[in-house]
Amino acid sequence: MESLYLLVPISVVVVFLIAVAFWWSLRNGQFDDMEGPGYRILMDDDKAQQETAAAATQEPALAGPEEADGSRSVEKRPAATGE
Amino acid sequence: MSEVQSTYNYTVVRQFTVMSVIWGIVGMLVGVIIAAQLVWPELNMGFLHFGRLRPLHTNAVIFAFGGCALMGSSFYVVQRTCHTRLFCDQLASFVFWGWQLVIVLAAITLPLGITQGKEYAELEWPIDILIAVVWVSYAVVFFGTLIKRKVTHIYVANWFYGSFILAVAVLHIVNSAATPVSLTKSYSAYAGVQDAMIQWWYGHNAVGFFLTAGFLGMMYYFVPKQAGRPIYSYRLSVVHFWALIFTYMWAGPHHLHYTALPDWTQSVGMLFSLILLAPSWGGMINGIMTLSGAWHKLRDDPILKFLITSLSFYGMSTFEGPMMSIKTVNALSHYTDWTIGHVHSGALGWVAMISIGTIYYLLPRLFGRPEMHSVKLITVHFWVATVGVVLYIASMWIAGVMQGLMWRSVNADGTLTYSFVESVKVSYPFWGIRFLGGLLFLVGMLIMAYNMFKTMAAGNTDDAPVLIPAGQHV
Repeated sequence: MESLYLLVPISVVVVFLIAVAFWWSLRNGQFDDMEGPGYRILMDDDKAQQETAAAATQEPALAGPEEADGSRSVEKRPAATGE
Repeated sequence: MSEVQSTYNYTVVRQFTVMSVIWGIVGMLVGVIIAAQLVWPELNMGFLHFGRLRPLHTNAVIFAFGGCALMGSSFYVVQRTCHTRLFCDQLASFVFWGWQLVIVLAAITLPLGITQGKEYAELEWPIDILIAVVWVSYAVVFFGTLIKRKVTHIYVANWFYGSFILAVAVLHIVNSAATPVSLTKSYSAYAGVQDAMIQWWYGHNAVGFFLTAGFLGMMYYFVPKQAGRPIYSYRLSVVHFWALIFTYMWAGPHHLHYTALPDWTQSVGMLFSLILLAPSWGGMINGIMTLSGAWHKLRDDPILKFLITSLSFYGMSTFEGPMMSIKTVNALSHYTDWTIGHVHSGALGWVAMISIGTIYYLLPRLFGRPEMHSVKLITVHFWVATVGVVLYIASMWIAGVMQGLMWRSVNADGTLTYSFVESVKVSYPFWGIRFLGGLLFLVGMLIMAYNMFKTMAAGNTDDAPVLIPAGQHV
């Protein structure tokens, strides 16, 4: 079973790397909030903007109020995303 | 700099998404042709016979259709959830064109009979090297984007996509190790049963990481988004991820039951395959229960129908898989059409349907439209595809179990009750039904393509602005 001499070490290395990734994510606080991230992807309005000219007047009424405000303010000050 | 970065890179997502539909049609058309060749053998013409076209079919649907859907959707998800533009546009563009080149080269070499003879890894060494280069570039773009994310938390879908990218890189490089003798011919670095073991370590993990982990990444983003509800349990999704990747690697030997592979290795493979039932069903339940309390949405949202039906097929095939890996069951099912049915319940029911749902979600957003050209046609597509899958799987189950029972049946004096050709004869009508099922699925894809081109014609290709993360304390 020489092939196992290759596959077993690969698996051991891989499991070790997975363990490192797990340890990193634990220490990094990836698991601190186990509720919020599920909601946060929904707070990202990815609906296509209609023709930009019309969007300026119509969109705030169409999109959810909070997200529409958030997205508009970002567009006006793009530097904010770089912080 | 921030002026340039104020939009998401939708160009590459758009390219991959559209090509996914195109390659889906090509790959499934080849599938329908080879299904027809089994029913009408005279269709095996010249070098375009079953043996040459079958690897073309598997490569086209897995790596061209599935690969484009995965790459496109992963680039979309990583940008949206990290609130940042893709890392290095040029490299992302190289990933797209490089991957298309790989697909075209596969479409040329496989019908010519240029092959390494390894299932799902048929492509010869020069193409293998190109795949490795493109794949590493893909990893650089994906992880580069993760690193420059604007939020601290990495959404669970990205973990699935990331593990899929890393695992496939390792599997491809190890399994494709070969000594070239000419541009179109090489010999595997391993021989005999060693080669078989490496091949199915690759083969089953390709199923596990390419066709499962990658598409689970898709599921964890697009099911909640389309449903407008958070995933049923975010905590469970994290447990699902770590459980799946810690246990997947050793399921491969179940492809080699009752072969020259040592018995204990086969048993280890069977054990790990059985363990996999737990994380798989955890994920399936998590996805479906996302609709808990909002089941009415299934009634009139065909995209959600695709996504949730795909999860039911995922649950079905991840139950069937571990059962088939049990040695005594495998003694009946192995080498029969049952295996083909199992694969297609995963490939058509799970992989294709979740991809189709995702593509329907993406297309209007990528082409600046409020929704697809015709929502009604999505519903038509859903029903045509579902009937197609059911016909396909059911016919293969019946044919497979029948073949298994006939092959193992012995007379009182120990001789075989049936000759092989008798099992072919009784399978014949079921191959006809399978052809019909496949044809229906292909018709669904053609409906999708029409809907897609109509949506594209009415749309625009403006990139969406990068949004500041909601409720994020930086």
